[in-house]
Amino acid sequence: MSEPILDVRNLKTYFYTARGMVRAVDDVSFTLNKGESLGIAGESGCGKSTLAYSLIRLVPPPGKITGGQIIFKGKNVLEMSEEEFRREVRWKGISMVFQGAMNALNPVYTVGDQIAEVLMLHQGYSKKEALETVAKMLQMVGIDPKRLKSYPHELSGGMKQRVVIAMALALNPPIVIADEPTTALDVVVQAQIMNLLKRLKKELGLSIILISHDLSLIAEIADKIAIMYGGEIIEYGPSEAIYNRPMHPYTIGLLGSIPRLHGELRDLTWIPGFPPDLANPPPGCRFMPRCPKAFNKCSEKPPLVEVEPGHYVKCWLYAKG
Amino acid sequence: MSEERIYEPKITSNTILFAKNLRVYFPVRKSFLDILRGRPQLYVKAVDGVSFDISKGEVFALVGESGCGKTTTGKTILRLNKPTEGEIGFLPSKEILEEMRSYGGINNISEYGHISLASLNEHMLRPLRKDIQMIWQDPFGSLNPRRTIYEILEEPLAIHGVGVSREDRYDIVAKALESVKLTPPDEYMDRYPHMLSGGQRQRVVIARALILNPKFVVADEPVSMLDVSIRAEILQLMMELKNKLGLTYLFITHDLAVARYISNRLAVMYLGQIVEIGDARRVIENPLHPYTRALVEAIPEPEPSRRLAIREIPIKGEVPSPINIPAGCRFHPRCVALDEKPELREYCMKREPPLVEVEPGHYVKCWLYAKK
Repeated sequence: MSEPILDVRNLKTYFYTARGMVRAVDDVSFTLNKGESLGIAGESGCGKSTLAYSLIRLVPPPGKITGGQIIFKGKNVLEMSEEEFRREVRWKGISMVFQGAMNALNPVYTVGDQIAEVLMLHQGYSKKEALETVAKMLQMVGIDPKRLKSYPHELSGGMKQRVVIAMALALNPPIVIADEPTTALDVVVQAQIMNLLKRLKKELGLSIILISHDLSLIAEIADKIAIMYGGEIIEYGPSEAIYNRPMHPYTIGLLGSIPRLHGELRDLTWIPGFPPDLANPPPGCRFMPRCPKAFNKCSEKPPLVEVEPGHYVKCWLYAKG
Repeated sequence: MSEERIYEPKITSNTILFAKNLRVYFPVRKSFLDILRGRPQLYVKAVDGVSFDISKGEVFALVGESGCGKTTTGKTILRLNKPTEGEIGFLPSKEILEEMRSYGGINNISEYGHISLASLNEHMLRPLRKDIQMIWQDPFGSLNPRRTIYEILEEPLAIHGVGVSREDRYDIVAKALESVKLTPPDEYMDRYPHMLSGGQRQRVVIARALILNPKFVVADEPVSMLDVSIRAEILQLMMELKNKLGLTYLFITHDLAVARYISNRLAVMYLGQIVEIGDARRVIENPLHPYTRALVEAIPEPEPSRRLAIREIPIKGEVPSPINIPAGCRFHPRCVALDEKPELREYCMKREPPLVEVEPGHYVKCWLYAKK
């Protein structure tokens, strides 16, 4: 029986900018079970990275979490004090592989020292103990423990990404968020990193949230998928349902735009127009201006309806009333 | 076994561009200590003996991972890099050939009228730019943020003296914008690049490349910086323009799936060399080089069932440095086929394999297929 480990309810993260309130994450809900992986997909600017930052309470100003609940192990982490959250949840409960983190490693420290720092700060390890643990971590992510003493510039892109993943795993968190973990990596290295994530998921029972614009990449690991558009989740469900029976016109458009390596050569489709300005989103369905199937009902906000068990769609084509 | 055919670029009156044994080396800067010790000069061998031919109207894709030399090859064709060695032949249009003649003598015209780009004088490059253009990868970095779209598109016209009056140029710019579907053109001319979306900017980059009516376009990863949902739109636009204007593309990409959709033929590059060349779909369906096999295997597909298993990528280690290239077949340290066939060691580790024909038009640079 799968038990929920993270339950996000009606999360709202808004940015208070000079142009007005930007609804980067607007009323987003999902559940992540133990050992499960969730893929969050969407175009740039759809709010997927902001959602990730919200989960570890690192939304950069002028952004603020303005509503909703993030329930981790039965507790609403949004009600915790910053200190309590830092001590109990961030990194120990939910850690993150940031986008481009492999290029953010400190060039003047060895990778061993950098990972050890996490253990010394959070667990109070001595340097020696910490380095011993780090050696094990490196081995786990497929790096020769001798590399402890290497500086980031001595490592290849793929190895740096492994180091960053080791850093995220240092405190044994049950949940890791990976934000575009393979951008800037070549396909072969990308496949190796995905293999590593799959292996960690299996061996450690890790729950993974993978954020990417690339639905092909997400298919590599995700058990469940949330498609985001304009700050909202517009379709949500098990992988098989989303890929084989997409319902929302946006999801259908996204899947139709992916060039495939095998199978018949179908014409690619695309979604004309641009994503909405989240400071001033369309009042009804946010996808309506680009939707090939829009009709008059769409000027009202669509509800998220369950079209088959566990498969939800936010679209008037499937809603009653 | 019949006579073994080793790849030679096909040069006919229908070949718009060919490269023969092209090499581009970049010298590595020596440290003071290296000079004192009299260390020999080292080179990054970015392109190391590349040959291919492209027919008129074709889309030829160069595919490979970062650092394989695909972009250097593209830039060298535009002579943005000076080739160290080798030949690049290009069949210019009649007007351009005339114009180049008026600039001074051009030597080395082949029997079909190809001029040699590799040995062309710098001052001859300007007329050539009307025939060969480039579409750049980054629509954010390749447009001057302080110029309006009109100014950006007018500049090539001004430089090349196209259009006699301002009105003329205005019309040409308007038509160029229409051709990339930025309509009505008046609405875009006075905007600055930051006021456009990524997809619109890439349309401007395409319009700029095509405004001088080139015959041949080098497109360097034209969609890799764009969101997946608009990539298809830009690719479709490029294909429409190709058919309408009779263009030929050299399409540089790291994405085999994109290459499958848009190219007729493709070449896979590894460490500065072409390891496999052939019909695009055939190469992807039936990859023969161990490296191409690994690439094809590594590409994710939107297939949720694949998540359940760890995917074996048949490749070892990492790309070696292009300064210190492995002897013999440069792929041998990473090759899994070699592990299975230790009897080939003698060849793979010591001698560079030739690029041989394995099935009609499909050439592979690997000792698994070459005659020993």
